[in-house]
This record gives sequence, structure tokens and C-alpha cells, in this order.
Amino acid sequence: MKRNRHIIYSRPAALARKQMHYCAGCGHSLVHKLLAEVVDELRIRDRTIGVAPVGCAVFAYYYLKCDISEAPHGRTPAVATGIKRALPDRIVFSYQGDGDLAAIGMAETIHTANRGENITVIFINNTVYGMTGGQMAPTTLVGQQTPTCPTGRNPATAGCPIRVCEILNTLDRPFHIERTALDGVPGILKTKKALLTAFRSQMAGKGYSFVEILSPCPTYFHLSPEDSMQFVRNELSKYFPVRVFRKEGVSIND
Amino acid sequence: MKPAAPKADKKRVFMTGNEALAEGAVRAGCRFYFGYPITPQNEIPAYMAKHLPECGGVFIQAESELAAINMVLGASATGARAMTSSSSPGISLKQEGISYLAGCQLPAVIANIQRGGPGLGSIDPSQGDYFQATKGGGHGDYRTIVLAPMSVQEMHDFAIEAFRLADKYRVPTVILADGRLGQMMEPIYLHRGPPPPAPPKRWALTGAKGRKPNSIRSLLVQEGELEKHNYKLQECYRAIARQEARHEEMHADNCDLLVAAWGTCARIAKGAMLAARARGLKVGLYRPITLWPFPARRLAGIARKAKAILVAEMNCGQMLEDVRMASGGAAKIFFSGYPGGRVPAESDILRAICAIAKKIKK
Repeated sequence: MKRNRHIIYSRPAALARKQMHYCAGCGHSLVHKLLAEVVDELRIRDRTIGVAPVGCAVFAYYYLKCDISEAPHGRTPAVATGIKRALPDRIVFSYQGDGDLAAIGMAETIHTANRGENITVIFINNTVYGMTGGQMAPTTLVGQQTPTCPTGRNPATAGCPIRVCEILNTLDRPFHIERTALDGVPGILKTKKALLTAFRSQMAGKGYSFVEILSPCPTYFHLSPEDSMQFVRNELSKYFPVRVFRKEGVSIND
Repeated sequence: MKPAAPKADKKRVFMTGNEALAEGAVRAGCRFYFGYPITPQNEIPAYMAKHLPECGGVFIQAESELAAINMVLGASATGARAMTSSSSPGISLKQEGISYLAGCQLPAVIANIQRGGPGLGSIDPSQGDYFQATKGGGHGDYRTIVLAPMSVQEMHDFAIEAFRLADKYRVPTVILADGRLGQMMEPIYLHRGPPPPAPPKRWALTGAKGRKPNSIRSLLVQEGELEKHNYKLQECYRAIARQEARHEEMHADNCDLLVAAWGTCARIAKGAMLAARARGLKVGLYRPITLWPFPARRLAGIARKAKAILVAEMNCGQMLEDVRMASGGAAKIFFSGYPGGRVPAESDILRAICAIAKKIKK
């Protein structure tokens, strides 16, 4: 007798069968999987080109089975712009951390959004430079301790964390701006939905889409994976409101 | 080896060097230009902004030189012909991107319309970036092909040649001109016919349709991986050095004093050399067209026969070091430098020639 089998869950086809180098509980591996699922669901793997950052996700080309370019630190959206302008019918995304996107690459971030480039920018905000040892990032919370702010981030000398969605929302051209949080199952599902919205708007030719994902870094939060997610929910989300800032090209008020 | 003579229009047109270079790029099939304003190269982005959209191309005024060179990287990664231009301080900013282009083995054309330096320097013509262009420029073990035009016609022709070479070897190629060449106008013949051919670009990022995913990267951290990659790059540079070193010479076979100069300075030196010969002095001219690869072998041959070499440059002595190395002490070497944005007159170089001629007679 033939048994009737339904696959209800499997590894996304766009995700390579490789063991990831990410630490236990790191948000990157989660977002890679969500991204691969989105690429599969939209059936765009063979016309998607990604740009990987300098940072923990520099090896994205090991894990995602689509064409991928590296970029110098912070220049990720400039490289993505070059690719998209040369091949406007391909789906182009950049994948960046907080150092890449909000420190060294802030100029590219703002100007790419301001031009309304028809690309999707995925911003992993985990408040630290994970790859180089957890140093202070532009998004490090006030009081948060890192090797380069050992007594905690002091606003008097290091300023306050930068809210990127809010900055980009002052510009006229972006089409979709959203912040989500990897703080539990509902947050993860919401993140996937946000990625779907962003890629769909790019596919429809609507223009710039930006998804900021508050993400756990257990290694440099010095917390367990579970507590790291709690930290994202209780601390990060408090300073970085989780919501849609721009929908269908229209700014959304609180 | 001399550059292949391009097919040209019969009618001549009157253009600035910067415009001639830009039009050359368009005729070479470049459809993507990314740049940032800086004097004295502003005619290039302005020309591209007007003419690229007319032929389905893309012009972006980037937010910085850093963004511009990396937009070039992105477009080139898809297999398209892409370029940027700038002037000395802006080229310094692009060096990181040029290093990445070299590491990723991506073809691209970068025009440097030099101005005085260091720092903000001046907006006057200079040849102060020879070291930067020919010895790598950015970090890491790499080379770029460097073409040095000395006329508006060559600004045009070398733009086309630069795209051919960049694609052939998968290397960033630099056109090293200066503000004088960029700003002056001359009648030129425009290139006619198809753009130079490019080998198939199977490495390009176009979407992994019907093939395994491609990746463009220079980060190679597995043991031995980077070393292997560097040897591969060096092999490519050796092939370029063997096949592409180009120069121009006049009366070099039979001279007591050889004047070695490049770009604008070579053009002025040519006049000085001819004037010296009219006075009965046995003077010749050696003008490297490719600054890297430096055409050293022929120069070594001439150095063995000549008594002295005069190196004339609009800097404090940069090609001078390559001439010294090539001549290996066979001839006595003199230097006339004009730094800080000064363009020498023919009479300046002629005076230097006459003074050296007197010395070597004794």
C-alpha cells in the first residue's frame, strides 16, 4: 500500500547544505533561512543577485544558492546599485550589519535610499561588531558594555544609538521601511513577512525597500541564546520601535 | 608593440581631451559611468550624463568617489563595461575599490586626470601620481595596466584600448592623463566600427539560471587559498608585462643623450629634442606609453649605447626610478622635475638638454 506523504517542512532549496559558521543562537543563520524561504516562495533564485557585507555575514555566498558579490566595508549598497542598474530585471539585495550599514556605509545607505534604487536592503542590527570581537556599533545601547566602551556606551563621548529606519523615513523616495525583531516565533514570522513585502515591492518595480531586523548576538551580549532573544524583546525593541515606517511609499505615523 | 590603429571617421572633430576620452569610452561599449565632481575632469561626467542615456546607458553622480568606484565594481560584476574618472585626491579615495577590483579580477577603466598634490594640492596639471598608478596604489599585491596619452587623439584612442585590455586580462586599467590633456582642445578622428571584443564572461553575476551560483570575492581565508590566488594574479601580470609594454621613440638608436618622458611632458620634450637636434645635438626621445608594464627592455638596450639619459617629469622624480632600474647604471642619468602643477615650456627642457650636452662632451 502506498503511503500518502506530505512534506510540511523542509530545508529551503535556496539554502546550501552546509554547516554555518555562525555562533549558537546568532540571528544571521535565522535570517539566512528566512531569506532562502522567501527566495523559494517567490521563485526568484535564478534571477536573484545578493551583495554580502564585510562583517559576520561576509560568507553569505557559502550558504545562499544565488549569485553573490562581496563589497568593501560599507559600500554594499553602491555595489548593489551598480548591479541593479546594469541588470534592472534581476532581484538585487544587500545584506548588511550595523557597522557596515550605519557607520562606515552611512553615506551609501542614505543616498541609495534617497535615489530610490529598486533594491532590497536587509539590515541586521545586533548592536555590535560581531566579527571583530563585539566592539561598539552605531546602534549599541547607552550603557551597553563592549570592548571599545568597557564601562558602557557613554552618550557624552560616543553619542546615542542611531535609529536608521527613522532617518530613512525622512526621505521621499523609499517605498517600504520596516523594523522587525528576532525575539521569538511571532517576531521571526513577522520578519519573514517583512522580507516578502520588501522583495515583492522590488519585483513590482516600486523602488527601495528596507528591512531592519533586531537580531540576537549571544556571544557578545554575553547571554544565552534564549536570554539574548529576551534582550532583543525587552531592551532593543524599547529603543528601536518595531513597526512599519513606510508602506506603499507612504510614511506611517506611530 | 604599438596600439592597434582604430578605424576612424574621415571627418575630424574638435574636442577637449576629457570629452574625447568620454566619447572613446562610449564607442568602446561602456554604458555605465559613475563619478563624482572634481576639477580638472568635470567634462567627463558632464559628457556621460548627456550622452550615455542617449544610447541606453546609465550615468550616476555618486555621493562620493568611494560609492562611484563601487558602483563600477557592481556593474562590472554583471559583465558590463563600466568606468569612473576623477583627479588625484579623488583617485586616492578610489584606491580601496581598485584593490578590490584587482582582487576580484574584475575589468574596469579608471581615468585619472591628474592635478597637483599632495593633499588638495592645486587644480593645475601634474604627473605626481605615477607611483600611485604604477606600483599598485591600494593595499595588497596587485598591478593595474596604466596608459599615458599625450594628445587629445590618444585620450580618445586609449579609452577604447583600455576597455579592450581590461576585458582581455580581467584587470582594472588606468588612463593616467593630466589637467592639461583633459582641458585642451584638438581636432581628432573618432573611432568608427564595433567596440573592441571581449572574451566570454562566464564568471559574471547574472542570476544562477541553469548553472551553479557565481560569486565575486577577494576574501580567501582557507589555508593556501589566497597564496594560490596571488600566484594566479602574478601570472596574469607577467603575461601583461610580456605582451603589452608599449613605447614610442625618436632618434633613440643613434643618440648621445636620450630624453625619457611620458604624457604631457613627453610632448613638450619632443619639441625640445627636435630643437636640440636642429642645433646639431645628438638627442633622442623615449616615451613610455604603458607606464605599467614599464617598457624597460628596449630602454635598457638604448641605455647601453647612449651616454646619458635625461628624465623629464612634472613631479619630483617618479618614473626616474624605473628608468634607473631599467638602465642598470649603463648611462648617466639626469633629472628635470616640474612639481606643484607647473607645466614646463619647451625652452625649459631644451635648456636642460643643452646643459647636459655640454657636461657629457667634456
